[in-house]
Amino acid sequence: METVLQSVVQALQERFPLQIEEFRGEVHVLVSAEHLVGLLNYLKNDESFEMLSTLTAVDYWPQQQPRFHVIYQLTSLKRNLSLQVRVPVGAMEPSLPTVTRIYANANWREREVWDMFGIRFEGHPDLRRILMPADWQGHPLRKDYPLGYEEPQFTFNFDEINRRKPYAKE
Amino acid sequence: MTQIQEMTLDEIRHLVTERAVQGETVVLNMGPQHPSTHGVLRLILELDGEVIVNVIPDIGFLHTGIEKNMEAKTYQKAEVMTDRLDYLNTVGNNLAYVMAVEKLLDLDVPPRAQAIRVILTELQRIASHLVWIGTSALDLAAMSVFLYAFREREMILDIFEMCSGQRMMTTYFRPGGLWRDVPVEFEDAVRNFVRIFPRRVDEYEALLTKNPLFLDRTLGIGKLTTEQALQYGVTGPILRATGLAWDLRKVRPYMGYEQYDFNVPTHTAGDVYARYLVRVQEMRESLKIVQQALDKLPYGPVRSNNHKYVPPPRSEIGVSMESLIHHFKLWTEGFTPPKGAVYSAVESPRGELGVYLESDGSPKPYRVHWRTPSFDNLQVLPVLAKGHLIADLIAIIGSIDIVLGDIDR
Repeated sequence: METVLQSVVQALQERFPLQIEEFRGEVHVLVSAEHLVGLLNYLKNDESFEMLSTLTAVDYWPQQQPRFHVIYQLTSLKRNLSLQVRVPVGAMEPSLPTVTRIYANANWREREVWDMFGIRFEGHPDLRRILMPADWQGHPLRKDYPLGYEEPQFTFNFDEINRRKPYAKE
Repeated sequence: MTQIQEMTLDEIRHLVTERAVQGETVVLNMGPQHPSTHGVLRLILELDGEVIVNVIPDIGFLHTGIEKNMEAKTYQKAEVMTDRLDYLNTVGNNLAYVMAVEKLLDLDVPPRAQAIRVILTELQRIASHLVWIGTSALDLAAMSVFLYAFREREMILDIFEMCSGQRMMTTYFRPGGLWRDVPVEFEDAVRNFVRIFPRRVDEYEALLTKNPLFLDRTLGIGKLTTEQALQYGVTGPILRATGLAWDLRKVRPYMGYEQYDFNVPTHTAGDVYARYLVRVQEMRESLKIVQQALDKLPYGPVRSNNHKYVPPPRSEIGVSMESLIHHFKLWTEGFTPPKGAVYSAVESPRGELGVYLESDGSPKPYRVHWRTPSFDNLQVLPVLAKGHLIADLIAIIGSIDIVLGDIDR
Protein backbone atom coordinates (compact mmCIF):
# COMPACT_ATOMS: atom_id res chain seq x y z
CA MET A 1 0.00 0.00 0.00
CA GLU A 2 1.26 3.48 -0.81
CA THR A 3 2.20 5.54 2.20
CA VAL A 4 -0.29 8.31 1.41
CA LEU A 5 -3.12 5.81 1.13
CA GLN A 6 -1.85 4.18 4.32
CA SER A 7 -2.39 7.43 6.21
CA VAL A 8 -5.91 7.80 4.77
CA VAL A 9 -6.78 4.26 5.82
CA GLN A 10 -5.37 4.86 9.30
CA ALA A 11 -7.41 8.01 9.70
CA LEU A 12 -10.50 6.07 8.61
CA GLN A 13 -9.81 3.28 11.06
CA GLU A 14 -9.67 5.74 13.93
CA ARG A 15 -13.11 7.12 13.08
CA PHE A 16 -15.15 4.21 11.71
CA PRO A 17 -15.38 0.46 12.38
CA LEU A 18 -14.20 -1.12 9.13
CA GLN A 19 -12.36 -3.99 7.50
CA ILE A 20 -9.48 -3.48 5.07
CA GLU A 21 -8.69 -5.77 2.16
CA GLU A 22 -5.86 -5.43 -0.27
CA PHE A 23 -5.53 -7.08 -3.66
CA ARG A 24 -3.07 -6.22 -6.47
CA GLY A 25 -2.28 -2.88 -4.87
CA GLU A 26 -5.91 -1.81 -4.56
CA VAL A 27 -7.45 -1.08 -1.19
CA HIS A 28 -11.02 -2.13 -0.43
CA VAL A 29 -12.68 -0.70 2.67
CA LEU A 30 -15.62 -2.71 4.00
CA VAL A 31 -18.04 -0.64 6.03
CA SER A 32 -21.56 -1.25 7.34
CA ALA A 33 -24.56 0.61 5.93
CA GLU A 34 -25.10 2.91 8.93
CA HIS A 35 -21.57 4.38 8.61
CA LEU A 36 -21.69 4.78 4.81
CA VAL A 37 -22.88 8.38 4.55
CA GLY A 38 -20.57 9.56 7.34
CA LEU A 39 -17.60 7.79 5.76
CA LEU A 40 -18.18 9.21 2.28
CA ASN A 41 -18.75 12.67 3.70
CA TYR A 42 -15.49 12.42 5.59
CA LEU A 43 -13.61 11.12 2.53
CA LYS A 44 -14.94 13.87 0.31
CA ASN A 45 -14.51 16.81 2.65
CA ASP A 46 -11.44 15.90 4.72
CA GLU A 47 -9.45 13.57 2.46
CA SER A 48 -10.33 15.31 -0.84
CA PHE A 49 -11.84 12.34 -2.69
CA GLU A 50 -13.73 14.71 -4.97
CA MET A 51 -15.02 12.28 -7.54
CA LEU A 52 -17.20 9.17 -7.44
CA SER A 53 -15.77 7.22 -10.36
CA THR A 54 -18.36 4.52 -10.28
CA LEU A 55 -21.04 2.93 -8.14
CA THR A 56 -22.11 -0.63 -8.74
CA ALA A 57 -23.04 -3.85 -6.98
CA VAL A 58 -22.20 -7.56 -6.93
CA ASP A 59 -24.65 -10.34 -6.17
CA TYR A 60 -23.31 -13.28 -4.11
CA TRP A 61 -26.48 -15.39 -4.38
CA PRO A 62 -27.23 -18.00 -2.96
CA GLN A 63 -25.44 -16.47 0.01
CA GLN A 64 -28.08 -14.52 1.94
CA GLN A 65 -26.30 -12.49 4.59
CA PRO A 66 -24.86 -10.47 3.00
CA ARG A 67 -26.24 -11.17 -0.45
CA PHE A 68 -24.93 -8.03 -2.16
CA HIS A 69 -21.93 -5.80 -1.97
CA VAL A 70 -22.50 -2.24 -3.15
CA ILE A 71 -19.25 -0.74 -4.43
CA TYR A 72 -18.22 2.91 -4.39
CA GLN A 73 -15.07 3.60 -6.38
CA LEU A 74 -13.66 6.95 -5.28
CA THR A 75 -10.94 9.06 -6.88
CA SER A 76 -8.95 11.90 -5.42
CA LEU A 77 -7.68 14.11 -8.22
CA LYS A 78 -5.76 16.40 -5.93
CA ARG A 79 -3.73 13.57 -4.38
CA ASN A 80 -4.02 11.06 -7.25
CA LEU A 81 -5.46 8.25 -5.12
CA SER A 82 -8.12 5.58 -5.57
CA LEU A 83 -10.12 3.89 -2.87
CA GLN A 84 -12.91 1.37 -3.04
CA VAL A 85 -15.65 1.37 -0.41
CA ARG A 86 -17.80 -1.76 -0.19
CA VAL A 87 -21.03 -2.06 1.76
CA PRO A 88 -22.60 -5.47 2.45
CA VAL A 89 -26.38 -5.59 1.97
CA GLY A 90 -28.71 -8.41 3.07
CA ALA A 91 -31.12 -10.31 0.82
CA MET A 92 -34.40 -9.26 2.48
CA GLU A 93 -35.68 -5.96 1.04
CA PRO A 94 -32.19 -4.67 0.27
CA SER A 95 -31.77 -0.96 0.79
CA LEU A 96 -29.11 1.65 1.49
CA PRO A 97 -29.13 5.38 2.16
CA THR A 98 -28.60 7.46 -0.96
CA VAL A 99 -25.36 9.36 -1.51
CA THR A 100 -26.72 11.71 -4.20
CA ARG A 101 -26.32 14.65 -1.81
CA ILE A 102 -22.58 13.96 -1.57
CA TYR A 103 -21.82 12.98 -5.19
CA ALA A 104 -24.29 14.24 -7.80
CA ASN A 105 -23.51 11.55 -10.36
CA ALA A 106 -24.65 8.89 -7.90
CA ASN A 107 -28.15 9.77 -9.12
CA TRP A 108 -28.05 7.70 -12.33
CA ARG A 109 -25.64 5.14 -10.90
CA GLU A 110 -28.03 4.38 -8.04
CA ARG A 111 -30.91 4.17 -10.48
CA GLU A 112 -28.86 1.64 -12.45
CA VAL A 113 -28.17 -0.45 -9.35
CA TRP A 114 -31.89 -0.35 -8.45
CA ASP A 115 -32.77 -1.36 -12.00
CA MET A 116 -30.23 -4.16 -12.27
CA PHE A 117 -30.07 -5.50 -8.68
CA GLY A 118 -33.24 -4.29 -6.97
CA ILE A 119 -31.43 -2.48 -4.17
CA ARG A 120 -33.44 0.54 -3.01
CA PHE A 121 -31.73 3.80 -2.14
CA GLU A 122 -33.64 5.61 0.60
CA GLY A 123 -34.05 9.32 -0.02
CA HIS A 124 -33.15 9.14 -3.71
CA PRO A 125 -34.88 11.99 -5.59
CA ASP A 126 -35.86 10.01 -8.69
CA LEU A 127 -35.62 6.23 -8.22
CA ARG A 128 -37.03 4.97 -11.52
CA ARG A 129 -35.68 2.26 -13.80
CA ILE A 130 -33.05 3.64 -16.11
CA LEU A 131 -31.87 1.03 -18.62
CA MET A 132 -34.74 -1.50 -18.68
CA PRO A 133 -38.27 -0.52 -19.76
CA ALA A 134 -40.41 0.95 -16.96
CA ASP A 135 -42.76 -2.08 -16.86
CA TRP A 136 -39.98 -4.69 -16.70
CA GLN A 137 -40.30 -7.55 -14.19
CA GLY A 138 -37.26 -8.56 -12.16
CA HIS A 139 -33.71 -7.28 -11.89
CA PRO A 140 -31.47 -8.69 -14.65
CA LEU A 141 -28.00 -8.66 -13.08
CA ARG A 142 -29.06 -10.75 -10.08
CA LYS A 143 -27.50 -14.19 -10.19
CA ASP A 144 -30.88 -15.93 -9.86
CA TYR A 145 -32.14 -14.15 -12.98
CA PRO A 146 -31.57 -16.45 -15.97
CA LEU A 147 -29.72 -15.26 -19.04
CA GLY A 148 -32.30 -15.48 -21.81
CA TYR A 149 -31.62 -16.64 -25.34
CA GLU A 150 -33.37 -16.90 -28.67
CA GLU A 151 -33.91 -20.37 -30.12
CA PRO A 152 -32.16 -20.76 -33.47
CA GLN A 153 -34.58 -21.57 -36.24
CA PHE A 154 -33.58 -24.29 -38.69
CA THR A 155 -35.56 -25.52 -41.68
CA PHE A 156 -36.99 -28.49 -39.78
CA ASN A 157 -38.35 -26.49 -36.84
CA PHE A 158 -38.86 -23.06 -38.38
CA ASP A 159 -42.67 -22.99 -38.26
CA GLU A 160 -42.88 -24.59 -34.86
CA ILE A 161 -40.62 -21.95 -33.25
CA ASN A 162 -42.20 -19.17 -35.26
CA ARG A 163 -45.61 -19.95 -33.72
CA ARG A 164 -44.52 -19.36 -30.13
CA LYS A 165 -41.87 -16.73 -30.75
CA PRO A 166 -42.75 -13.42 -29.11
CA TYR A 167 -43.20 -10.63 -31.64
CA ALA A 168 -44.11 -7.02 -31.02
CA LYS A 169 -47.89 -6.69 -30.91
CA GLU A 170 -49.60 -4.66 -33.61
CA MET B 1 -37.97 -4.33 -29.65
CA THR B 2 -38.02 -1.49 -27.19
CA GLN B 3 -41.12 0.59 -27.14
CA ILE B 4 -41.32 4.11 -25.88
CA GLN B 5 -43.21 4.10 -22.63
CA GLU B 6 -46.16 6.38 -22.59
CA MET B 7 -45.33 8.83 -19.91
CA THR B 8 -47.91 11.04 -18.30
CA LEU B 9 -46.98 14.27 -16.61
CA ASP B 10 -47.80 12.66 -13.25
CA GLU B 11 -44.88 10.24 -13.55
CA ILE B 12 -42.29 12.95 -14.09
CA ARG B 13 -44.01 15.55 -11.94
CA HIS B 14 -41.11 15.55 -9.46
CA LEU B 15 -38.74 16.49 -12.27
CA VAL B 16 -40.55 19.43 -13.84
CA THR B 17 -41.32 22.78 -12.28
CA GLU B 18 -44.68 23.87 -10.92
CA ARG B 19 -45.12 26.05 -14.01
CA ALA B 20 -45.34 22.95 -16.23
CA VAL B 21 -48.20 21.64 -14.11
CA GLN B 22 -49.95 25.00 -14.42
CA GLY B 23 -49.48 24.89 -18.18
CA GLU B 24 -47.21 27.94 -18.36
CA THR B 25 -44.30 25.95 -19.77
CA VAL B 26 -44.47 23.25 -22.44
CA VAL B 27 -43.19 19.72 -21.91
CA LEU B 28 -41.93 18.47 -25.25
CA ASN B 29 -40.50 15.15 -26.36
CA MET B 30 -37.32 15.07 -28.47
CA GLY B 31 -36.03 11.79 -29.85
CA PRO B 32 -35.25 8.91 -29.48
CA GLN B 33 -34.96 9.03 -33.25
CA HIS B 34 -33.47 12.44 -33.86
CA PRO B 35 -30.41 13.08 -36.03
CA SER B 36 -28.71 15.34 -33.50
CA THR B 37 -28.75 12.88 -30.61
CA HIS B 38 -25.96 10.69 -32.06
CA GLY B 39 -27.79 7.46 -31.43
CA VAL B 40 -31.04 6.70 -29.67
CA LEU B 41 -31.32 9.24 -26.90
CA ARG B 42 -34.67 10.59 -25.80
CA LEU B 43 -34.87 13.98 -24.15
CA ILE B 44 -37.90 15.37 -22.40
CA LEU B 45 -37.65 19.14 -22.58
CA GLU B 46 -39.47 21.65 -20.46
CA LEU B 47 -39.63 24.85 -22.48
CA ASP B 48 -40.55 28.42 -21.81
CA GLY B 49 -41.00 29.60 -25.36
CA GLU B 50 -37.75 28.59 -26.97
CA VAL B 51 -35.76 28.68 -23.73
CA ILE B 52 -34.94 25.44 -21.97
CA VAL B 53 -36.14 25.28 -18.36
CA ASN B 54 -35.15 21.66 -17.80
CA VAL B 55 -33.91 18.62 -19.69
CA ILE B 56 -34.76 15.08 -18.60
CA PRO B 57 -32.66 12.54 -20.52
CA ASP B 58 -34.22 9.10 -20.99
CA ILE B 59 -31.68 6.41 -21.86
CA GLY B 60 -31.67 2.64 -22.23
CA PHE B 61 -32.85 2.23 -25.82
CA LEU B 62 -29.56 0.57 -26.77
CA HIS B 63 -29.28 -1.61 -23.67
CA THR B 64 -27.94 -4.99 -24.76
CA GLY B 65 -27.09 -6.61 -21.42
CA ILE B 66 -23.37 -6.83 -22.16
CA GLU B 67 -22.43 -7.01 -18.46
CA LYS B 68 -24.76 -9.98 -17.97
CA ASN B 69 -23.58 -11.68 -21.14
CA MET B 70 -19.94 -11.38 -20.18
CA GLU B 71 -20.62 -13.27 -16.94
CA ALA B 72 -21.71 -16.28 -19.02
CA LYS B 73 -18.54 -16.48 -21.14
CA THR B 74 -14.94 -17.36 -20.40
CA TYR B 75 -12.46 -14.51 -20.06
CA GLN B 76 -11.18 -14.89 -23.64
CA LYS B 77 -14.63 -15.18 -25.23
CA ALA B 78 -16.08 -12.28 -23.24
CA GLU B 79 -13.64 -9.95 -24.95
CA VAL B 80 -15.56 -9.86 -28.23
CA MET B 81 -18.42 -8.14 -26.39
CA THR B 82 -16.20 -5.24 -25.37
CA ASP B 83 -15.93 -3.94 -28.96
CA ARG B 84 -19.68 -3.52 -29.03
CA LEU B 85 -19.86 -1.11 -26.12
CA ASP B 86 -18.41 2.10 -27.47
CA TYR B 87 -18.33 1.47 -31.20
CA LEU B 88 -16.13 4.49 -31.86
CA ASN B 89 -13.48 3.35 -29.40
CA THR B 90 -13.35 -0.40 -30.02
CA VAL B 91 -9.60 -0.75 -29.59
CA GLY B 92 -9.71 1.32 -26.41
CA ASN B 93 -12.41 -0.93 -24.95
CA ASN B 94 -10.26 -3.98 -25.70
CA LEU B 95 -7.37 -2.28 -23.95
CA ALA B 96 -9.42 -1.49 -20.83
CA TYR B 97 -10.64 -5.07 -20.62
CA VAL B 98 -7.32 -6.82 -21.26
CA MET B 99 -5.61 -4.52 -18.78
CA ALA B 100 -8.13 -5.52 -16.12
CA VAL B 101 -7.60 -9.21 -16.89
CA GLU B 102 -3.83 -8.75 -16.85
CA LYS B 103 -4.04 -7.01 -13.48
CA LEU B 104 -6.16 -9.86 -12.15
CA LEU B 105 -3.67 -12.46 -13.43
CA ASP B 106 -0.60 -10.33 -12.65
CA LEU B 107 0.54 -10.93 -16.23
CA ASP B 108 3.34 -9.04 -17.98
CA VAL B 109 3.05 -7.70 -21.51
CA PRO B 110 6.13 -7.60 -23.79
CA PRO B 111 7.36 -4.09 -24.73
CA ARG B 112 6.60 -4.51 -28.44
CA ALA B 113 2.99 -5.41 -27.69
CA GLN B 114 2.73 -2.37 -25.40
CA ALA B 115 4.04 -0.03 -28.08
CA ILE B 116 1.68 -1.43 -30.75
CA ARG B 117 -1.20 -1.08 -28.30
CA VAL B 118 -0.29 2.55 -27.76
CA ILE B 119 -0.08 3.25 -31.52
CA LEU B 120 -3.46 1.68 -32.21
CA THR B 121 -5.29 3.27 -29.27
CA GLU B 122 -3.95 6.70 -30.20
CA LEU B 123 -5.05 6.17 -33.82
CA GLN B 124 -8.43 5.14 -32.42
CA ARG B 125 -8.57 8.33 -30.38
CA ILE B 126 -7.96 10.33 -33.55
CA ALA B 127 -10.62 8.32 -35.41
CA SER B 128 -13.13 8.92 -32.62
CA HIS B 129 -12.39 12.64 -32.56
CA LEU B 130 -12.78 12.70 -36.35
CA VAL B 131 -16.28 11.26 -36.07
CA TRP B 132 -16.99 13.82 -33.35
CA ILE B 133 -15.68 16.81 -35.35
CA GLY B 134 -17.61 15.67 -38.41
CA THR B 135 -20.94 15.01 -36.74
CA SER B 136 -20.93 17.91 -34.30
CA ALA B 137 -20.08 20.34 -37.10
CA LEU B 138 -22.81 18.74 -39.19
CA ASP B 139 -25.27 19.47 -36.39
CA LEU B 140 -24.31 23.13 -36.69
CA ALA B 141 -24.87 22.97 -40.47
CA ALA B 142 -21.16 22.93 -41.39
CA MET B 143 -21.51 20.04 -43.78
CA SER B 144 -18.17 19.77 -45.55
CA VAL B 145 -16.11 19.00 -42.42
CA PHE B 146 -17.93 15.70 -42.12
CA LEU B 147 -16.82 14.58 -45.58
CA TYR B 148 -13.17 15.52 -44.97
CA ALA B 149 -13.09 13.94 -41.50
CA PHE B 150 -14.48 10.64 -42.69
CA ARG B 151 -11.89 10.49 -45.46
CA GLU B 152 -9.09 10.42 -42.86
CA ARG B 153 -11.01 8.11 -40.54
CA GLU B 154 -11.13 5.60 -43.38
CA MET B 155 -7.32 5.57 -43.50
CA ILE B 156 -7.21 4.63 -39.81
CA LEU B 157 -9.82 1.93 -40.22
CA ASP B 158 -7.76 0.51 -43.09
CA ILE B 159 -4.81 0.21 -40.70
CA PHE B 160 -7.03 -1.66 -38.22
CA GLU B 161 -8.18 -3.98 -40.98
CA MET B 162 -4.59 -4.61 -41.96
CA CYS B 163 -3.72 -5.70 -38.41
CA SER B 164 -6.79 -7.55 -37.28
CA GLY B 165 -8.85 -8.32 -40.38
CA GLN B 166 -11.68 -6.11 -39.13
CA ARG B 167 -12.31 -2.42 -39.56
CA MET B 168 -14.15 -1.79 -36.31
CA MET B 169 -14.75 -4.88 -34.15
CA THR B 170 -11.08 -5.75 -33.93
CA THR B 171 -10.58 -7.79 -30.70
CA TYR B 172 -6.92 -7.44 -31.57
CA PHE B 173 -5.52 -7.04 -28.06
CA ARG B 174 -5.58 -10.25 -26.04
CA PRO B 175 -4.71 -10.86 -22.38
CA GLY B 176 -0.93 -11.04 -22.34
CA GLY B 177 -0.29 -9.29 -25.66
CA LEU B 178 -1.77 -9.19 -29.14
CA TRP B 179 -3.52 -11.66 -31.37
CA ARG B 180 -0.49 -11.66 -33.69
CA ASP B 181 2.26 -9.31 -34.78
CA VAL B 182 1.45 -6.45 -37.15
CA PRO B 183 2.00 -7.13 -40.87
CA VAL B 184 5.01 -5.66 -42.72
CA GLU B 185 2.90 -2.97 -44.44
CA PHE B 186 1.85 -1.58 -41.06
CA GLU B 187 4.79 0.72 -40.50
CA ASP B 188 4.53 2.35 -43.94
CA ALA B 189 0.79 2.81 -43.61
CA VAL B 190 1.12 4.52 -40.21
CA ARG B 191 4.02 6.68 -41.40
CA ASN B 192 1.98 7.75 -44.40
CA PHE B 193 -0.86 8.74 -42.09
CA VAL B 194 1.48 10.60 -39.71
CA ARG B 195 2.92 12.47 -42.69
CA ILE B 196 -0.32 13.74 -44.19
CA PHE B 197 -2.55 14.14 -41.12
CA PRO B 198 -1.17 17.42 -39.64
CA ARG B 199 -2.10 19.27 -42.84
CA ARG B 200 -5.56 17.74 -42.71
CA VAL B 201 -6.10 19.00 -39.14
CA ASP B 202 -5.12 22.45 -40.42
CA GLU B 203 -7.84 22.06 -43.04
CA TYR B 204 -10.52 21.31 -40.45
CA GLU B 205 -9.34 24.23 -38.37
CA ALA B 206 -9.46 26.48 -41.42
CA LEU B 207 -13.10 25.52 -41.83
CA LEU B 208 -14.14 25.98 -38.19
CA THR B 209 -11.78 27.66 -35.71
CA LYS B 210 -12.28 31.23 -36.89
CA ASN B 211 -15.54 30.72 -38.74
CA PRO B 212 -17.88 33.48 -37.42
CA LEU B 213 -20.99 31.31 -37.75
CA PHE B 214 -19.31 28.52 -35.78
CA LEU B 215 -18.10 30.98 -33.13
CA ASP B 216 -21.61 32.39 -32.75
CA ARG B 217 -23.00 28.95 -32.12
CA THR B 218 -20.32 27.78 -29.68
CA LEU B 219 -18.79 30.64 -27.68
CA GLY B 220 -20.23 30.90 -24.19
CA ILE B 221 -22.70 28.04 -24.75
CA GLY B 222 -23.06 25.21 -22.24
CA LYS B 223 -20.60 26.43 -19.63
CA LEU B 224 -19.30 24.10 -16.95
CA THR B 225 -16.99 24.82 -14.03
CA THR B 226 -14.39 22.43 -12.66
CA GLU B 227 -16.34 22.04 -9.40
CA GLN B 228 -19.51 21.06 -11.26
CA ALA B 229 -17.56 18.66 -13.46
CA LEU B 230 -16.05 16.86 -10.46
CA GLN B 231 -19.38 16.82 -8.65
CA TYR B 232 -20.90 15.00 -11.65
CA GLY B 233 -17.93 12.70 -12.27
CA VAL B 234 -17.29 14.28 -15.67
CA THR B 235 -13.95 13.27 -17.17
CA GLY B 236 -12.10 13.53 -20.46
CA PRO B 237 -12.03 16.54 -22.79
CA ILE B 238 -15.03 18.12 -21.03
CA LEU B 239 -13.16 18.21 -17.73
CA ARG B 240 -9.98 19.42 -19.42
CA ALA B 241 -11.93 22.21 -21.14
CA THR B 242 -12.75 23.55 -17.66
CA GLY B 243 -9.05 23.96 -16.89
CA LEU B 244 -8.05 20.83 -14.99
CA ALA B 245 -5.26 18.82 -16.67
CA TRP B 246 -6.47 15.39 -15.56
CA ASP B 247 -5.47 12.73 -18.06
CA LEU B 248 -4.95 9.16 -16.89
CA ARG B 249 -2.21 8.68 -19.49
CA LYS B 250 -0.25 11.37 -17.68
CA VAL B 251 -1.19 10.99 -14.01
CA ARG B 252 -1.33 7.17 -13.87
CA PRO B 253 0.71 6.02 -16.87
CA TYR B 254 -0.01 2.57 -18.26
CA MET B 255 1.32 0.70 -21.32
CA GLY B 256 4.53 2.75 -21.17
CA TYR B 257 2.89 6.14 -21.76
CA GLU B 258 5.50 7.68 -19.46
CA GLN B 259 8.17 7.27 -22.20
CA TYR B 260 6.36 9.50 -24.65
CA ASP B 261 6.53 13.26 -24.70
CA PHE B 262 3.08 14.83 -25.09
CA ASN B 263 1.04 17.63 -23.59
CA VAL B 264 -2.38 17.56 -22.00
CA PRO B 265 -4.30 20.38 -23.71
CA THR B 266 -6.53 22.44 -21.43
CA HIS B 267 -8.74 25.51 -21.70
CA THR B 268 -10.46 27.44 -18.99
CA ALA B 269 -13.69 28.64 -20.59
CA GLY B 270 -15.53 25.32 -20.19
CA ASP B 271 -17.94 26.04 -23.05
CA VAL B 272 -18.65 24.26 -26.33
CA TYR B 273 -15.85 26.13 -28.10
CA ALA B 274 -13.28 25.21 -25.42
CA ARG B 275 -14.21 21.54 -25.80
CA TYR B 276 -13.74 21.90 -29.55
CA LEU B 277 -10.26 23.39 -29.10
CA VAL B 278 -9.23 20.72 -26.58
CA ARG B 279 -10.23 17.88 -28.88
CA VAL B 280 -8.54 19.37 -31.94
CA GLN B 281 -5.33 19.80 -29.96
CA GLU B 282 -5.66 16.26 -28.63
CA MET B 283 -5.61 14.94 -32.18
CA ARG B 284 -2.26 16.65 -32.73
CA GLU B 285 -0.90 15.32 -29.41
CA SER B 286 -2.04 11.79 -30.22
CA LEU B 287 -0.21 12.02 -33.52
CA LYS B 288 2.96 12.97 -31.62
CA ILE B 289 2.60 9.84 -29.48
CA VAL B 290 2.05 7.65 -32.56
CA GLN B 291 5.16 9.07 -34.19
CA GLN B 292 7.34 8.50 -31.13
CA ALA B 293 6.03 5.01 -30.48
CA LEU B 294 6.65 4.08 -34.10
CA ASP B 295 10.18 5.51 -34.07
CA LYS B 296 11.24 3.40 -31.12
CA LEU B 297 9.08 0.35 -31.78
CA PRO B 298 11.10 -2.46 -30.17
CA TYR B 299 11.54 -5.88 -31.73
CA GLY B 300 10.61 -9.02 -29.89
CA PRO B 301 7.64 -11.19 -29.04
CA VAL B 302 4.11 -9.72 -28.93
CA ARG B 303 2.72 -12.24 -26.48
CA SER B 304 3.66 -13.22 -22.97
CA ASN B 305 5.18 -16.71 -22.76
CA ASN B 306 3.23 -17.61 -19.61
CA HIS B 307 1.30 -20.43 -21.26
CA LYS B 308 -0.93 -20.95 -18.25
CA TYR B 309 -2.83 -17.89 -19.50
CA VAL B 310 -1.63 -17.18 -23.04
CA PRO B 311 -1.99 -19.80 -25.80
CA PRO B 312 1.36 -21.16 -27.08
CA PRO B 313 2.26 -20.43 -30.73
CA ARG B 314 0.99 -22.83 -33.36
CA SER B 315 4.53 -23.97 -34.22
CA GLU B 316 5.07 -25.35 -30.70
CA ILE B 317 1.91 -27.41 -30.57
CA GLY B 318 3.20 -30.02 -33.02
CA VAL B 319 6.44 -30.65 -31.17
CA SER B 320 5.71 -30.06 -27.48
CA MET B 321 3.31 -32.19 -25.46
CA GLU B 322 3.14 -29.50 -22.78
CA SER B 323 2.13 -26.84 -25.31
CA LEU B 324 -0.57 -29.10 -26.68
CA ILE B 325 -2.01 -29.57 -23.19
CA HIS B 326 -1.91 -25.83 -22.54
CA HIS B 327 -3.62 -25.13 -25.85
CA PHE B 328 -6.31 -27.71 -25.15
CA LYS B 329 -6.94 -26.46 -21.61
CA LEU B 330 -7.08 -22.81 -22.68
CA TRP B 331 -9.57 -23.34 -25.49
CA THR B 332 -11.84 -25.74 -23.66
CA GLU B 333 -11.93 -24.74 -20.00
CA GLY B 334 -10.17 -21.38 -20.14
CA PHE B 335 -7.84 -20.03 -17.49
CA THR B 336 -8.68 -19.58 -13.83
CA PRO B 337 -7.53 -16.34 -12.19
CA PRO B 338 -7.20 -16.09 -8.41
CA LYS B 339 -10.15 -14.90 -6.34
CA GLY B 340 -10.32 -11.13 -6.08
CA ALA B 341 -11.58 -7.90 -7.58
CA VAL B 342 -9.72 -5.25 -9.57
CA TYR B 343 -10.64 -1.87 -11.00
CA SER B 344 -8.58 -0.74 -13.94
CA ALA B 345 -9.09 2.50 -15.85
CA VAL B 346 -7.77 3.94 -19.10
CA GLU B 347 -8.24 7.30 -20.77
CA SER B 348 -10.69 6.79 -23.61
CA PRO B 349 -11.49 9.58 -26.12
CA ARG B 350 -14.44 10.44 -23.87
CA GLY B 351 -12.84 10.17 -20.43
CA GLU B 352 -12.15 7.61 -17.76
CA LEU B 353 -13.10 4.18 -19.06
CA GLY B 354 -12.96 1.80 -16.11
CA VAL B 355 -13.51 -1.92 -15.80
CA TYR B 356 -14.45 -3.51 -12.50
CA LEU B 357 -13.67 -7.19 -12.76
CA GLU B 358 -14.38 -9.70 -10.02
CA SER B 359 -13.22 -13.30 -10.11
CA ASP B 360 -14.48 -16.17 -7.98
CA GLY B 361 -11.67 -18.47 -9.14
CA SER B 362 -13.67 -19.97 -12.02
CA PRO B 363 -12.88 -19.55 -15.75
CA LYS B 364 -15.75 -17.06 -16.17
CA PRO B 365 -15.78 -13.53 -14.75
CA TYR B 366 -18.09 -13.35 -11.72
CA ARG B 367 -18.95 -9.72 -12.32
CA VAL B 368 -17.88 -7.24 -14.97
CA HIS B 369 -18.90 -3.64 -14.58
CA TRP B 370 -18.09 -0.95 -17.11
CA ARG B 371 -17.54 2.56 -15.84
CA THR B 372 -18.27 4.20 -19.14
CA PRO B 373 -17.40 7.90 -19.46
CA SER B 374 -20.42 8.89 -21.56
CA PHE B 375 -22.79 7.76 -18.79
CA ASP B 376 -21.52 10.38 -16.36
CA ASN B 377 -20.86 12.97 -19.06
CA LEU B 378 -24.46 12.85 -20.28
CA GLN B 379 -25.77 13.21 -16.74
CA VAL B 380 -24.48 16.76 -16.62
CA LEU B 381 -26.59 17.76 -19.68
CA PRO B 382 -29.38 19.45 -17.64
CA VAL B 383 -26.75 21.64 -15.96
CA LEU B 384 -25.27 22.63 -19.32
CA ALA B 385 -28.51 23.26 -21.17
CA LYS B 386 -30.58 25.23 -18.66
CA GLY B 387 -31.34 28.73 -19.86
CA HIS B 388 -30.17 28.14 -23.44
CA LEU B 389 -32.22 27.87 -26.63
CA ILE B 390 -33.19 24.56 -28.24
CA ALA B 391 -30.74 25.22 -31.07
CA ASP B 392 -27.95 25.52 -28.47
CA LEU B 393 -28.96 22.17 -26.99
CA ILE B 394 -27.97 20.60 -30.33
CA ALA B 395 -24.53 22.20 -30.07
CA ILE B 396 -24.18 21.04 -26.45
CA ILE B 397 -25.09 17.41 -27.19
CA GLY B 398 -22.57 17.44 -30.02
CA SER B 399 -19.88 18.87 -27.76
CA ILE B 400 -20.19 16.26 -24.99
CA ASP B 401 -19.51 13.58 -27.61
CA ILE B 402 -21.72 10.79 -26.30
CA VAL B 403 -21.91 7.30 -27.72
CA LEU B 404 -25.14 5.62 -26.75
CA GLY B 405 -23.63 2.15 -26.94
CA ASP B 406 -21.27 3.34 -24.24
CA ILE B 407 -24.07 4.68 -22.06
CA ASP B 408 -26.61 1.88 -22.30
CA ARG B 409 -24.20 -1.05 -22.44
